[in-house]
Amino acid sequence: MSLDYYLYLSALLFTIGAAGVLIRRNAIVVFMCIELMLNASNLAFVTFARMNGSIDGQIFAFFTMVVAACEVVVGLAIIVTIYRSRRSASVDDARLLKL
Amino acid sequence: MPAPKIEYAVLAPVLILLAAGVIAVLVEAFVSRKYRYVIQTTLSFSAIGLGILSVALNKDVSGRFAEGSVAVDGVSVVLQGTILVFSLLGLLLIAERGFQSFTAQASTLPGSADEQRALASGLQQTEVFPLTLFAIGGALLFPAANDLITLFVALEVLSLPLYLMAGLSQRRRLLSQEAALKYFLLGAFSSAFFLFGSAFLYGYAGTTTFEGIKVQISTAPGNDLFLLVGLATLTVGLLFKVSAAPFHSWTPDVYQGAPTPITAFMAAVTKVAAFGAFLRIFYATIGGMVWTWRPIIIVVSILTMAIGTIVAIAQKDVKRVLAYSAIAHSGFLLTGIVAFNKSGVEATLLYLATYGFTTLGTFAIVTLVRDAGGEVTDLNRWSGLGKRSPLIAGIFTLFLLALAGIPLTSGFVGKFAIFSSAYESGNISVVIAGVLASAIAAFFYIRIVVLMYFNDPQEDGTSVMIPSPMTAIAIGVCALATLILGIFPQPVINVIDSLAIFVAG
Repeated sequence: MSLDYYLYLSALLFTIGAAGVLIRRNAIVVFMCIELMLNASNLAFVTFARMNGSIDGQIFAFFTMVVAACEVVVGLAIIVTIYRSRRSASVDDARLLKL
Repeated sequence: MPAPKIEYAVLAPVLILLAAGVIAVLVEAFVSRKYRYVIQTTLSFSAIGLGILSVALNKDVSGRFAEGSVAVDGVSVVLQGTILVFSLLGLLLIAERGFQSFTAQASTLPGSADEQRALASGLQQTEVFPLTLFAIGGALLFPAANDLITLFVALEVLSLPLYLMAGLSQRRRLLSQEAALKYFLLGAFSSAFFLFGSAFLYGYAGTTTFEGIKVQISTAPGNDLFLLVGLATLTVGLLFKVSAAPFHSWTPDVYQGAPTPITAFMAAVTKVAAFGAFLRIFYATIGGMVWTWRPIIIVVSILTMAIGTIVAIAQKDVKRVLAYSAIAHSGFLLTGIVAFNKSGVEATLLYLATYGFTTLGTFAIVTLVRDAGGEVTDLNRWSGLGKRSPLIAGIFTLFLLALAGIPLTSGFVGKFAIFSSAYESGNISVVIAGVLASAIAAFFYIRIVVLMYFNDPQEDGTSVMIPSPMTAIAIGVCALATLILGIFPQPVINVIDSLAIFVAG
């Protein structure tokens, strides 16, 4: 099977993730969509590693996973704090800071 | 298989700061609360001091280290030195204890009994120090990264602590938490774009090192689909970080909501780090694609200047005005990238150095204007400040004039250098836009000056705190630097000119 299909899938997942970030309201879901974008990038990395016959892409994928894990720690901490103080994790409610 | 070779001496600035960050976490865990503040400040200041020393020792180094993943050359030495000096000044503001900027305990609910108890017992959290140290470590690595993996990791090490630091404000905690949420979601979103771009650049070049990408661009035709997709998304990610339009919308909210010392730190340090990486990528790595990226950066630059200056006019909050001014300055800085010549690189470095001092100073003064409820950021309540405390208002005026780019201040030197480099390269459009934007910007800076001097003070309890030595030193250094760089800039320009050379590719 051609490796191109993996790239199409990666681009599709990335687009779904990006659209989700822009459309969804719940901060947790927005955050999940961001994770989807990161994973789409990981798929692209391993596909390119296979295409180029070099291992750098796979290494990059591991780094991405570690960074994504750190991002989850920081992100959930922030979202949970917000939820505890407002009883809502909707990003539309976060609109105190306005012109 | 030979073990990887790590040149510890050359990488020392980054390693010292990150090691200090790790030690600071241990201090948080094991040292009694009574001694934490003293130990944390000593540790942080000495780490930055050692960092500055080791950067100075690197000044003649030029090469790629740690198996080619970090480039230490004149440009990165200048940038790392600048970052460390600004970090030192920022840390002075963060360590200020004459008045509290940070929440006693970030985990307590705003307005809850727990929060009251934490405040009443005089708790002073010190988590902000390890976070700051990690952010500085990431900022030092970001402009020196010579590899997409290192670049991405450095970006995250810089950003993740900042997301948390934005949420630590003591007053108006809901605003602060909201700022943290917005910063985090948009920052992570832009990181994802950045990562996707990295993937496609890797797919194009078959390697993640910058010189590999550069070689591939110079040999292969420049219209490869992978290359273009990679460049486009990577650029989006970077433009987010430097808060260029149309990716600037997080900046005013985060600058306003974050505790002011953190805003000061962030405004100076992340801008230097992000533009450093911008230079290394656009000038030293994908320079072969200049005809492709230049028109885009020109449009972004003009748009950023326009939005930054025009929207700032309508703002009523001093931190938001300064945030839009930061956006406008990103636009000015992008003209140095557009110039794409050696004087453009030098001018960008000079501009970053001048701008950092000024913006740190302005936010330092914002921390001083307070009433019983904390900082007063409503511009109307700043009226008559010149009559109430002439010295602070005078220094603030100096900073505002520098931001506007009036001669005899550092802002003029920086703007002159950066616009003339763009003019030299024949990109007249950005220069015209830049000069027009500067003229519009002068309007709202001068408006604040008028407000401070020609209006009567309101009797609403707004007063200017007498700064403790820490904040006073920070403001003094910033004011002096703004004046000296404005009147005798030549020594600094000479240093930058002699150092601003990228490692040969």
